[in-house]
Amino acid sequence: MRLFALIIVSGCGFLLIYGTADFPRWADPAAPACTHVSDYYIEKSEEQTCVPNIVTAILADYRGYDTMFETTVIFGAGVACFFLLRNYRRKAPEFRLYRHVPTGITFRIEKGGKFPDDSAEFKRIDSLWTPQDIIIETAVRLLIPFIQIFALYVIAHGHHSPGGGFQGGVILGASIILFAISKDLRSAITRIGEQTSGLLCSTGVFVYVGTGTLCLLLGANFLDYGALAGLFHSTTAMARSHGIMIVEIGVGISVMAVMVCLYYIISSAGNMDEGL
Amino acid sequence: MDELLSPILSKYNYWVYITLMMIGLYAMIAKSNLVKKIIGMNILQTAVILFYVSIGAKQGATIPIIRHGHEGAAAHAVRAADYINPLPHVLMLTAIVVSVATLGVALALAIRIYRQYGTLEEDDIATRITGDIRKSP
Amino acid sequence: MIGLLDLLILMIVIVCGIAAISIKDLLGAAILFSAYSFMMCLLWAIMGAVDVAFTEASVGAGVSTVLFVAAVFHTTRRTKD
Repeated sequence: MRLFALIIVSGCGFLLIYGTADFPRWADPAAPACTHVSDYYIEKSEEQTCVPNIVTAILADYRGYDTMFETTVIFGAGVACFFLLRNYRRKAPEFRLYRHVPTGITFRIEKGGKFPDDSAEFKRIDSLWTPQDIIIETAVRLLIPFIQIFALYVIAHGHHSPGGGFQGGVILGASIILFAISKDLRSAITRIGEQTSGLLCSTGVFVYVGTGTLCLLLGANFLDYGALAGLFHSTTAMARSHGIMIVEIGVGISVMAVMVCLYYIISSAGNMDEGL
Repeated sequence: MDELLSPILSKYNYWVYITLMMIGLYAMIAKSNLVKKIIGMNILQTAVILFYVSIGAKQGATIPIIRHGHEGAAAHAVRAADYINPLPHVLMLTAIVVSVATLGVALALAIRIYRQYGTLEEDDIATRITGDIRKSP
Repeated sequence: MIGLLDLLILMIVIVCGIAAISIKDLLGAAILFSAYSFMMCLLWAIMGAVDVAFTEASVGAGVSTVLFVAAVFHTTRRTKD
């Protein structure tokens, strides 16, 4: 198998290297990839959309269809993971481990026994239990608000600096994953449950498609944000900038919820019980 | 000698990108562990993205965020040769997000396969599948 | 002609890539893949693709590594090839 793979790989590599003979010189301004349409985008995007970050303007306005379907793809991945792994018919676990906090004794309650309610005295722990480190827990609790504010800044400043909906959404999702890693999965699920994150996934896609449909209802093409100029009482260029903003918020919400969903499902292998 | 050396010297960065792609492709074909295959798929994806992004570079140009002069000179013309090509970046942003979605689904599949067959090596899984087919009526 | 820093990071990227697929411990492979992602992010930042570098830093060196470690936690850590 390895010999076969080596032959295929070297054949493919040789063909690709033979194809690079026709490439233009690297970083040539007159290369065919750098003329035609991208010159138009660079020169005209600022005056047509009032957005200095050309990449955000192209992503959410000129190529808005692709971004809409990409958001749908990410939503589809969350749904696929849910269907693959989510385990509703699981039998009750064999035993559960509880810890009596004042004395530090660990109980093991077999199936059929009565499980104590969650109170200040009895805390449920995972079967692969590691000691909770108070330094990590406190440091993460202090850091998470700043991470979330930074993520919101990245979404809101996507017009003027590198950033935008995806990056901010991933950082927001990563802050919740950090919380779930530092404490345990159940405390994260009580804060943002799986129903909430599932609802947020679809809300993001809805916001994106809803903006496009609103433009359609106002008489212009689908995803043509210039039609919103009447709603915002501004020029067409500013209306496009606001339209890009709304769409980026939708993308951010959806990406955050999908990252959280993916982490919950993969780290608990579908049981939503114990995690990393 | 010089005309042999100059195509190599000007194109070797493309050859490095192609080497990376072939490393990823080799891992996808030759390795029998599923997680190694998934890692190979991601190496192939990021190498392709690297290749595309390198197309957008221009000599002496800056990042594709338009500099503002003071507000009075807001009508100064934007020259296309001052900014690097933003179009490959846009396409590759989509590609990165799709690659993480694919990674999530692939890992969920690997966990499910492990739960069903107890192993992640491809030959063992094939043996167990044919064993199951022979056993069932 | 790309500069010396580009060449150095490309060499590190190739070494990380080959190591990530040859190592026999799956957790080590996940961490090496995270280092590979991070070096790619640096490469793109040098080439001027700042949005792409930002996305790869958050997605590749962040969420993707956590998903790999979670998957290795629920399956096996050793592999024989």
